[in-house]
Amino acid sequence: MSELTLTVMRLGFLAVLWLFVIVAVQVIRSDLFGTRVTQRGAARRGGQEARGQRQQAAPPQQRRQEGGRGNNRQRRGAPTKLVVSEGTLQGTTVALQGQTISLGRAHDSTIVLDDDYASSRHARIYPDRDGQWIVEDLGSTNGTYLDRNRLTTPTPIPLGAPIRIGKTVIELRK
Amino acid sequence: MSSTTNTTTIGTIGAPSRRNTELALLVFAVIIPVFAYINVGLAKKQEIPAGVFGYALGLALLAGVAHLVVRKWAPYADPLMLPIATLLNGLGLVFIWRLDQEPKITTTNLGGPMAPGQLMWSTLGVALFLGVLILLKDHRVLQRYTYISMVLALALLIAPIFFPPRYGARIWITLPGVGSLQPGEFAKIIIAVFFAGYLMVKRDALALASRRFMGLYLPRGRDLGPILVIWALSLMILVFETDLGTSLLFFGLFVIMLYVATERTSWIVFGLLLSAGGAVAVATFESHVQVRVHNWLNPLELLDGGVTETAQAMYSFGSGGILGSGLGQGYSRLIGGIAPKSDYILATVGEETGLAGLMAVLLLYGLLIERGIRTALAARDPFGKLLAIGLSGAFALQVFVVAGGVTGLIPLTGMTMPFLAQGGSSVIANWALVGILLRISDTARRPAPAPAPSTDAEMTQVVRP
Repeated sequence: MSELTLTVMRLGFLAVLWLFVIVAVQVIRSDLFGTRVTQRGAARRGGQEARGQRQQAAPPQQRRQEGGRGNNRQRRGAPTKLVVSEGTLQGTTVALQGQTISLGRAHDSTIVLDDDYASSRHARIYPDRDGQWIVEDLGSTNGTYLDRNRLTTPTPIPLGAPIRIGKTVIELRK
Repeated sequence: MSSTTNTTTIGTIGAPSRRNTELALLVFAVIIPVFAYINVGLAKKQEIPAGVFGYALGLALLAGVAHLVVRKWAPYADPLMLPIATLLNGLGLVFIWRLDQEPKITTTNLGGPMAPGQLMWSTLGVALFLGVLILLKDHRVLQRYTYISMVLALALLIAPIFFPPRYGARIWITLPGVGSLQPGEFAKIIIAVFFAGYLMVKRDALALASRRFMGLYLPRGRDLGPILVIWALSLMILVFETDLGTSLLFFGLFVIMLYVATERTSWIVFGLLLSAGGAVAVATFESHVQVRVHNWLNPLELLDGGVTETAQAMYSFGSGGILGSGLGQGYSRLIGGIAPKSDYILATVGEETGLAGLMAVLLLYGLLIERGIRTALAARDPFGKLLAIGLSGAFALQVFVVAGGVTGLIPLTGMTMPFLAQGGSSVIANWALVGILLRISDTARRPAPAPAPSTDAEMTQVVRP
């Protein structure tokens, strides 16, 4: 057998052996399972759209800041966090980063309310195109109140206005 | 900047079953040894060997049946273990067959050709693997046999004392008419079952009842009992069976499992101190151990007309270089005896496929061990966790002891490279080990049953005006 054939086979064997190792490592890489920890705002449903919107909304000076911290594309004076001020979850804060926040007793809600007077899917809070935060009642049994008024349509949330859901009160703060 | 409270959500990702990935890798794992087989034939006899179809068909059949059984009985099992084990076993068969082509080390005195026998043992091993998967529906059943497995493992470990030594070590038992087997290979699985069951019950006492001293947690005197017993036992194996490998394997396995069960670094420190002390003490009076250590320190010393086997293995690695001499074109027959087929098979791998091939083979072992440890991480029950860590730990220690011995890192011990080296007991036991690991990983990766309906299902109370 010619020298050339044997050399080619020798190198070919090493190549397929390593190819197997590399494919196996790729399988491990795509085989992640177990617990998923998601940073809020980084990879949520509709994250793509939200990112698109926020780029439009961000004024030029703020773009510089984006490089620094990544997700801070809010308007000056816009709320940055949602705070639960009354109810069993009192003291909980959630950073507002352009994502939709769902409230309710369903365990897939962003804020799971442990409140007998809340519905499974009670309300949601989301930013509209201008970055203004809107609260919308999702047909809950007992209703969602902004200040003293029961919501019938999606309503913009003023800074610091209490939103009452059952026994829970939340508000947006800077 | 926005807020310092970085809220995160924690959810679960179900593992997909990945059976098709396994099938694709298995095809790959059958093609590589067949390619190697043809390569050896071309290099040795200038023709494609006649048995290539039989070999390819046999290997494909074994892999195919194993795959179908996994698909049926362990559908969520890890996708990598079976292909890697198949590949290593297939390569081992090729290397043994390749060494069979050397007339000098295949005389009837030395047992003749060994590849056919090894093929039969591999088939038996795969059969045992299938048996484990089919009969062992849940690995937690093994927990019931904690103390029975202790007795069984001790019996298996002690049995070789009553049989004559071979190659300087008493690790064989001879059954008339059947042949001989190395009970230590099976004992390592059984003792892992015992350690897992025992430590699961006792780990709180071992972990919590301790005093802090110089940054170490010192266990209470009475909790030191088990580790001292295992230590004494492993020393006795070393003294009476003159087998460094088995003794290292058992003590190391116990220390690894103790550490994993209790999370106390002090056990590792104690283990290393005890094993170093024990090894030095035994080496002062046991001539077999002294010879091994002497050969390790002075490999180039002349010994009845040649250098030691350690030095010969070094020569083969050196002759192989980076890319190797090519399959079937090395000179590992010069090591002599049947050592190149069993203990020194890595020297052949290193010579004929070079550093590149040897590293790939070691990485394959590493990946197999990694999958075992991943299984332990993912397992939901403590017994399964400990058993998976024990089995992969035993496998890892065995690979380390053999590879370290052949490459001159530690004194050579009489153990076999799992799947690769010639030896029936080893290949059968390691297939069973992979079977149990696959069973645990199937349980671990199976999607969790849906949580019981919670507050969601309750009615929302209505506020009455």
